[in-house]
This record gives sequence, structure tokens and C-alpha cells, in this order.
Amino acid sequence: MPRSLEELQAIAKRVRREIVVMIGAAGSGHPGGSLSAVEILVELYFDFMRIDPKNPKWPDRDRFILSKGHAAPVLYSVMAEAGYADTPLDKLNTLRKLGSMYQGHPDIRFIPSLEASTGSLGEGLSLGLGMGLGARLDGRPSRTYVMLGDGEIQEGQVWEAAMAGGFHKSDNVVAIVDYNGIQLDGFVKDIMDVAPLADKWRAFNWHTIEIDGHSIPAIRAAFEEAQATKGKPTCIVAHTIKGKGVSFMENNPKFHGTAPTPAEVELALKELQ
Amino acid sequence: MPVKTKFALTPGPATREAFGRALVELGRENRDIVVCDADLSKSTMTTYFEKEFPERFFSCGIAEADMVGIGAGLASAGKIPFVSSFSVFVMNKGFEQLRVCVAYPKLNVKVVGTHSGISIGEDGPSQMSVEEIGLACSLVGFVVISPADEVSTKALVRAAAAYVGPVFIRTGRPKTPIVYDAGQKFEIGKAVQVVEGSDATIIANGLLLAEAIRAAETLEAEGISVRVVDMHTVKPLDRDAVRRAAVETGAIVAAEEHLVDGGLGVRVAQAVAELQPCPMEFVGIRDTYAESGATGELMEKYGLVARDVVAAVRKAIARKR
Repeated sequence: MPRSLEELQAIAKRVRREIVVMIGAAGSGHPGGSLSAVEILVELYFDFMRIDPKNPKWPDRDRFILSKGHAAPVLYSVMAEAGYADTPLDKLNTLRKLGSMYQGHPDIRFIPSLEASTGSLGEGLSLGLGMGLGARLDGRPSRTYVMLGDGEIQEGQVWEAAMAGGFHKSDNVVAIVDYNGIQLDGFVKDIMDVAPLADKWRAFNWHTIEIDGHSIPAIRAAFEEAQATKGKPTCIVAHTIKGKGVSFMENNPKFHGTAPTPAEVELALKELQ
Repeated sequence: MPVKTKFALTPGPATREAFGRALVELGRENRDIVVCDADLSKSTMTTYFEKEFPERFFSCGIAEADMVGIGAGLASAGKIPFVSSFSVFVMNKGFEQLRVCVAYPKLNVKVVGTHSGISIGEDGPSQMSVEEIGLACSLVGFVVISPADEVSTKALVRAAAAYVGPVFIRTGRPKTPIVYDAGQKFEIGKAVQVVEGSDATIIANGLLLAEAIRAAETLEAEGISVRVVDMHTVKPLDRDAVRRAAVETGAIVAAEEHLVDGGLGVRVAQAVAELQPCPMEFVGIRDTYAESGATGELMEKYGLVARDVVAAVRKAIARKR
């Protein structure tokens, strides 16, 4: 049964609340880039990807790699909501605590249902290409989705992978750039500008789509267009708002990597009713 | 038992050549074997595999970091990727990716470095890998192998493919003497005693194994009985072979074509310190980058020939008294 837009939006709201609460409980973490990616992950895990949370190693499944691994809270929350056995909802607030499966960055040793351990920026797209080449060799229908940060793509390896994806015509791979405009030290345009972003991916022979990364229908339409695109990989440049949904976090570089205080958690939860 | 009673070394091909041939055999037997190369296939000899299995060969361009990541992704998808380049490039430029994308999730990736050590010769130090054994051993969970000749390279490449987990194999550019009879068995983590002896033990691998055998021959002519052990697997180290060498011969020389810092010798020394302290000497490169030159000239100049091994053995034996 496909979920309605209202259902997906309700899940996105729950996920936002969980992100704020778990990072608040941890006392450290990356709320801004988790909140900017919520709709994209909700659409993937609750609507678009061919996955079975009860059978996480199903060989023909679609795969998701969070290359911007510091946004782990959004991935944990979405996987917990989706019902993976190794991502229990009632443990989300153990984030970053000793012994928790919810490590600071995604770690496949603790959560086998993950597709990759990430956290060192710039590496996820190469992994996704390898998974895509393997699936193609075996004739499997699996598609691989890789989410990159806009600061992350300053890493040279991303462009090695961009070149390789175009060269190998990896049409079963989709890169999604969470273009929220902020990185740790400030605004991306001031640290190391990545614009014009869509032109760069086009020049590397990727089919490129620009969308509002908070519009679930637009996200779905982009994934459909990517799936219909043969002979080249697709890059979705998702224009998003860092800290989306919590007014005092929105577009605020401070909340790239700072946890909300207990009072700020209260305030945020009021806004996320 | 020693595998040779006579010190017969016969001319043989480069270990990279043996790797390339073994890879084709593996490719015929197992369709999950795939290869990634970074524009050096004609040198790493993965070109043989590419010719026979073009659909299972992935050209990654001159982009080693991406190549290691692609290899990790292929392993995640159930393939057995052999990721190959010159040792110096794949280990140094791909190190971070080997750490986070291969070692950390313990993926089934086989990394084969060619043109290792200073024996690459004329290309000079920018191409000379003299630290990769140390780097590879610092990757948690990696098996690290440095074979000495064609026979052992072929056997150990096959053993690496059969083993489930990350492996690094070090091969070289120059033609290399054959030490072993065809059919000699090799096991990951199990050293081979090539020459029996009782006064000292030379623990060597790679190109230095042949030099160690020559050194043992020279010393035997003087009535000094030297054991030679091929420590083809540096990690996990065959600690029992090290312990027996220390207990039974009382002096050990480690010999390798690598910086002494971080190489085979220091790993042997750790085992010696823990199991049975005895005098030890080290033949290897001493905190320096080499230079361009012919392989033989370089091995002489940087202290990596039989004469250097002989001197080290004498020194170690002298310290026993």
C-alpha cells in the first residue's frame, strides 16, 4: 500500500522530533544537516526504495549510503521508524553513548542493516558505484542512492567518483546533494564555493535534476525521472534549508555541529507539533 | 623440513607477472572474481585478466582513492575484487579509503601492490614503496603477504582469493629467482623453513629471501649453520616459527626490502621480545629515500644483498656470546 503524502509528512515530523531529542540527549551531534535531509530519506525509506526491513540483506534490495555520515541521526530515526530489527526506536536516545548501536557516525559493525560505515567525507559515492557495478554484473535490479553533503563535495574523491560514474554509465546509481549551503565553519559560498553545482555534474556526464529538497512530490518525481534515465547516472541537486523545521536552527551555521540545550529541545518540540 | 637441501635458485619471472597469471586462472574458476586497476594494467599485469574477462575488469582511471571505494562497493555486492596498482599509489593515495571503507567494515577486498620496494629501479623514489608493509599492518584485520617468487606468489594469490576478508599482497617489478619447487604448499600465516640451520636464523621475505639463501650458503662454507625462514605472511605473523628460531638457534636476522621502521623486522622483534628474547639484527632500508638506478646497483648501495645479510648474521652470532 503506497503511503499518502499526509502520512509521509507525518513521518517526517516524527523524525524531526526524534532527531532533536536524540541529539539533545547525546549533548553533541549534527542537527542542521540531519534536519535538512528528512524528506529525502523519508521518501526513500517509506515510498520509493525496494527494501524489506524484515529482510535487510535481500540481494535485490535497493541500497542507501549516507556519505555525509555526520547526519547519522536522520538515518537512525528513519530506519527505526521503518522497523529494522537492529535500529530499535526505544534506543534512539542512547545516541553516541558507550555500547550504543547508534554510533556518532554510521557503523555497520553495530547496525548490520546499514549498507556502509561512513563518516570520513567524500567516500560514499565510490562505494555506491562499486555496488552498482556489482548489481549490473549480476543482472540485479538493485539501485543505489548516495546522499552527499554540499560541503562534502569539496573532497576530491567525489569528483573522481563523478568522473567514474559518467564513464561507466552507472544508470543504477543516484547521487543526491543536500544543498543546504552551510558547513562547519560557515556558509559554503564563503568556505569553498561549489557553485555552479548542477553544471559540474552535467559536465561529468550525469543526468542532473534540481529540486526543492523538502517537497516530497518533487523528490518522488526526481527519483522516477532518475529511474527512467538510461545510459547515465543521475545527480539530484536538492535545495534544502539547514536546520529545516526548527526556526532558530534554520540557516544557522551554529547548528551544523552543536547540540540543542534542554531548553532549546523544548522550544523545538513546540514548533514541531 | 627444509624444502631444499641444495641452495638451487633458478631464474624466474617477476612476482607481478605471477600475480597476473594467477588472476586469470582464478577468473576462469570463479565468476565473482573482478579486477579494478588505475591505468597501470600493463604494468601490474592485470591486463591478462582484462583481455580474457573485459566485463569483469573495471578501469578506474588514475584515481586510486575512488578505485579502493569502488572495490569496497563491489565486495559489498558479493564480488571478490582484486584492486591493483603500484604499491606506492594504492597504499598511500588509497590509505584512508582502505581504512574506512575496507578495514573498518572488514570487507572482502584483495589489494595487490606491484613495483614495491626500491627494486623498481630507474623510476626513482616517488614510485618506490618502502613503507607499505607498515601501512598495511596498521589496517585492522588485514592479512599482509609479501611473497618471494613465482611459485609462492601464485599459491598465495589463490589463498588470498579463498580467504574471506581484506588482504594486501606485495609484489615486485624485477625478474625474481625461483626458490620453490612447483607444488610447494603455502598457507596464510604459516612460515616456510627453506634452509635448516642451528647457529642463527634469517627471517626474510620478498626479494630478500633469495639473498638470505645465498648468505646461508656462504656461511655454511665457513661452518656456520644458518636457518632460513620465509615469512611470506607478515600479518598474522607466524609467532611459533619466530619462537622456535629464538629457542633453537639463539640469534635472528630479519631481512626485507622495506624501511626497517614498521617492517617485518620490527614485527618479528615484537614477537621475540614477548616470547624468547635473543640477539636480533635488521637488514632493511635505514630511514632514507633511495634514488634512480639499476635494480642490482640499488640493492647493493642500500644494503640489501647477501653480503649485508652475512654481516648481520655474524654480528648477531657474536652477540650470543
